[in-house]
Amino acid sequence: MTATQSFQQLAAPLARAAADPIVAPVVDLRAVLPLLIVLGGAVVGVLVEAVVGRRNRYGAQVLVTLVSIVGAGVFTVIGGTQHHYALTFSGAIAVDSGTYVMWGVLLVLALVSVLLIADRVSEPGGAFVAQAAIRVGSVKDREATALATPMQTEVFPLTLFAVSGMLVFPAASDMLTLFIALEVLSLPLYLLCGLARRRRLISQEAAVKYFLLGAFTSAILLYGIALLYGYAGSLTFAGIRAAAAAGTGSDILLLLGIALLLVGLLFKASVGPFHLWTPDVYQGAPTPITAFMAAGTKLAAFAAMLRVMWSALEPMVTTWRPVLWVVAIASMVIGAVLGITQNDIKRMLAYSSVAHAGFLILGVMALTQRGASGMMFYLLTYGLATIGALAILTLVRKGDGEANQVSDWAGLAKRSPALAAAMSLFLLSFAGIPLTSGFIGKLSVFTAASQQGMGPLVVVAMVATAITAFFYLRIVVLMYFSEPQTGEGAAHVVVPGVPTTVVLVVCALATVVLGIVPSWGLDLMTVGQLIY
Amino acid sequence: MNPLLPLMIGLPLVGALVMMFSKNLPVRTAKFIALGFSLLPLVLAVPLWIAHRNSLPVRYADLPATPTATPPGTLSLFSSTFSVDWIPAFGVRFSLGVDGISLVMIALIALLVPIVLGASWEEKLPAGRSINGYFGLLLALEGAMIGVFAATDVFLFYVMFEVMLIPMYFLIGAYGGVRRTYAATKFFLYSLLGGLMMLASLIGLYVASADIRPEGGTLDFAELRAIASQIPLSTQLWIFSGFALAFAIKAPLIPFHTWLPDAGAEAPTGAGTLLVGVLDKVGTFGFLRICLPLLPAASHKLAWLFLLLAVIGILYGAIVAAGQTDIKRFVTYTSIAHFGFIAMGCFVFTTQAVSGAVLYMVNHGLATGLLFLLVGMLTARGGSRQLADYGGVWKVAPIMGGFFLIGSLATIAVPGTNSFISEFLVLIGTFRVQPVWAVLATVGIVLAAVYMLWIFQRVFTGPVRGSAVLGPAASDIAGGGTVPVTRTPVSAVSTDPHRVAVAEPHTDAHGHAAPRPKALWGDLSKREIAVLTPLVVLIVFLGVYPKPVLEVIDPVAARTVVDSGSPVDAISQQYLIGQEAGR
Repeated sequence: MTATQSFQQLAAPLARAAADPIVAPVVDLRAVLPLLIVLGGAVVGVLVEAVVGRRNRYGAQVLVTLVSIVGAGVFTVIGGTQHHYALTFSGAIAVDSGTYVMWGVLLVLALVSVLLIADRVSEPGGAFVAQAAIRVGSVKDREATALATPMQTEVFPLTLFAVSGMLVFPAASDMLTLFIALEVLSLPLYLLCGLARRRRLISQEAAVKYFLLGAFTSAILLYGIALLYGYAGSLTFAGIRAAAAAGTGSDILLLLGIALLLVGLLFKASVGPFHLWTPDVYQGAPTPITAFMAAGTKLAAFAAMLRVMWSALEPMVTTWRPVLWVVAIASMVIGAVLGITQNDIKRMLAYSSVAHAGFLILGVMALTQRGASGMMFYLLTYGLATIGALAILTLVRKGDGEANQVSDWAGLAKRSPALAAAMSLFLLSFAGIPLTSGFIGKLSVFTAASQQGMGPLVVVAMVATAITAFFYLRIVVLMYFSEPQTGEGAAHVVVPGVPTTVVLVVCALATVVLGIVPSWGLDLMTVGQLIY
Repeated sequence: MNPLLPLMIGLPLVGALVMMFSKNLPVRTAKFIALGFSLLPLVLAVPLWIAHRNSLPVRYADLPATPTATPPGTLSLFSSTFSVDWIPAFGVRFSLGVDGISLVMIALIALLVPIVLGASWEEKLPAGRSINGYFGLLLALEGAMIGVFAATDVFLFYVMFEVMLIPMYFLIGAYGGVRRTYAATKFFLYSLLGGLMMLASLIGLYVASADIRPEGGTLDFAELRAIASQIPLSTQLWIFSGFALAFAIKAPLIPFHTWLPDAGAEAPTGAGTLLVGVLDKVGTFGFLRICLPLLPAASHKLAWLFLLLAVIGILYGAIVAAGQTDIKRFVTYTSIAHFGFIAMGCFVFTTQAVSGAVLYMVNHGLATGLLFLLVGMLTARGGSRQLADYGGVWKVAPIMGGFFLIGSLATIAVPGTNSFISEFLVLIGTFRVQPVWAVLATVGIVLAAVYMLWIFQRVFTGPVRGSAVLGPAASDIAGGGTVPVTRTPVSAVSTDPHRVAVAEPHTDAHGHAAPRPKALWGDLSKREIAVLTPLVVLIVFLGVYPKPVLEVIDPVAARTVVDSGSPVDAISQQYLIGQEAGR
């Protein structure tokens, strides 16, 4: 007699006895394995921090982080190719083709970001503060910075927790899971933003801003969830969908609920006009974290938005689509126009991300498989290009810190032609020039939008793209057509460490390859029918 | 699967790559390698032309003579086709092929690029720039330009259209004149805005075709042509406006033209020649390739607008050209006037006018190419682009003067030069249906004579004068009529090959022998004569005997007119029936 059989025998009378049985939720562990691996890796990371000696921590943490992300990636690929779909945890988590695509893209972006986070060459000791608890500007702080004391390795488990939150976010199939995932992904990011080694005050200011605004929107989102529960009497997407389709209940609850829920999601995706935190946080956060947020958070937020809108709120599409029209136009215009005025490259990239968020939202609005697939492709290519561009940003330095002013980049092509070429490639990809991956991303999203009758919006997006091209081009002009600065205050380029080199090569290759032969990439991104 | 066209696109690109890694080669070797790569497409153009000629009667005889009848499904409009799957998700194929229009344009590119390389052999580049990079970018530009004209998939056309910008952007921005950064950025942003509007239209075209075709959307040119008449007018107007905006910027038509004088004047001579001579033709080519056959109803509806812009361009371009003080800007403004003629030929929907427009595209490339190169040679010698700095150049450089005169006459379209044929065809084709526009445009010819002869007179005739010719010190003296007593020949200390002093005995008012004011430079070198001669020969040859070019253009012109849903005029009909009878 096996253990299982004996357990069943014992449990049988219990099941019979309960008049109103609480059915144990069916848990499909295999479906959520990638999630568990990353969460497990995060927990192991915390233990490593407690157990392993200071000297070996960095190596152990990098190993744990990379292994857990790669392991999660492997099981994502296995699950995806075997079409192992499930609605598990009593309908709280949906694992379907869309989820696998989202996870796959997210893990790729996370892997590349982690490499950038792990680099300790371009910024001696790492981009993160040696001891976050030291007061800014104190003698100890200056010493730690000057001596290139190794960075705090808690960064790695924090990153893994954020990644696990990002993994749950787009897989969530009920509102509470959605909210919890949002918190799990946000809290580590708030911390990570404040850990920059240089310019610590700006970094901490960014963390506080991000935290306060983020907490505020979390509350708004939660209120929206509450109103939707009041309307539908259910927290699951299926329940809300059924109620919305039936049209019973108070419309005010439903509409307010949708509005508040959207605000929360749009905030995380840094869609204008809910973008106000973006430039400050992008500028203040340590550059590798900026890259991680710009790629990962954006992906998670858009993927989650797609699932909520498609699974739960599709019956109300005629109500919320006009609202998103306005939001999309606002986001494109804000990002494009304000981006022109920026002189700090990180802030400029932040506004560019707002403009791109405006383009991406067309993929959500389309509510078709084509739109969803196109959006995921766009997010992958945009994420890789952003990480690549920010990786180059860590290499161009002035004095001790990064040279973030646009003018510091004058004549970069003469000093390091390869970096200038890579940067131009990423910028051209942002601008959507053909034969770069950014173009295919735009094409797929805009085609999907056009098929749903959003032609005018596509035209607005094109005009916005032309405007954004202006400020991308400004950097190319400076790098190639200007004379480099010389003398004391001039920027210099450091030789990238191995991780950063890998990041740059991967990002540049992906940008070119996905631009020239996008077919296999597009095929991989195929999002089928969502489960709810 | 004919590998000719992929080779013609690929080989220059390979050449560009080679030039990128040629830093360690001797400059001379590198230049010859680049020249070799640029000659390959010219060699390949010969079999391409022959293959197309041989395929003519077979392909065009099968076309229906009425616009309403749908062409047979197996019909191939193009010769030397090459097609592989590229992005199946969007129904996009990497398809290449040539019809008469693209054939002559590709031949023009293949001819002009080696000439441009030869003319730029000793180009003085801005400090710190290598000639290897310059030649490499020119080769990359050649590959992309051939790609634009050879693409038979609208998507591929768009991709090449945008990719073409990048080498040109760097050519202007890195190798150009003083205001190169401004000019390069302006050029890029104008073109990119047009390109993005075209992308929106391209998506619209794809969606529209997906609505009509049961098997899904397509961007293949021939397949779109088959369903063109089924796209509703309102949709066509939307799609048309995006494409037309892109092409009007590129061509450029009047309100969108301001980038061209800046880009053309600041670009280095070689790149400027290709910009004005070939690259801008993508705009008018797009009208004929995409707007007319794929969006016939919209083309007819909005033809008046383009005729208006074209005629404004002809007159405005001519008047503004006459007022230019910068000799390179002058040439770009004459081009704007000529683009008016080409655009007019595109939008009157007669076979003669379309044939004329296509021939005009070739002829303008030859004539303006010659002029632009000569202007480049002149300004490289004098070091100034100001017209006022030159005078009496004929005496200093008679061969240059002669070549310039031929270029000028071709620009005015004097009978016996190639431009006469094309201008005449456009005007007669227009007059038959739109007499008012034709009459207005004819005024432009008179204006052309005014600006061209005036410039020629100011620069080349009269006594030798001007600071660029004589040097800043001598120009005052020579202008004042007094005789310099002693003057060190500048050429004695100069190592510049152009700066050959012309020393002639000169007698002053008192009968004393005194040195005549010495020019700082001399006539065209053997290399320069050699590279310009093919252009001069073609200008005269096509002026006398245009049949070899017209015979490949005519059928596709007739076809374009028929496909644009115009009433079939007698000439098209005769052409199509004649083909059938000849079989």
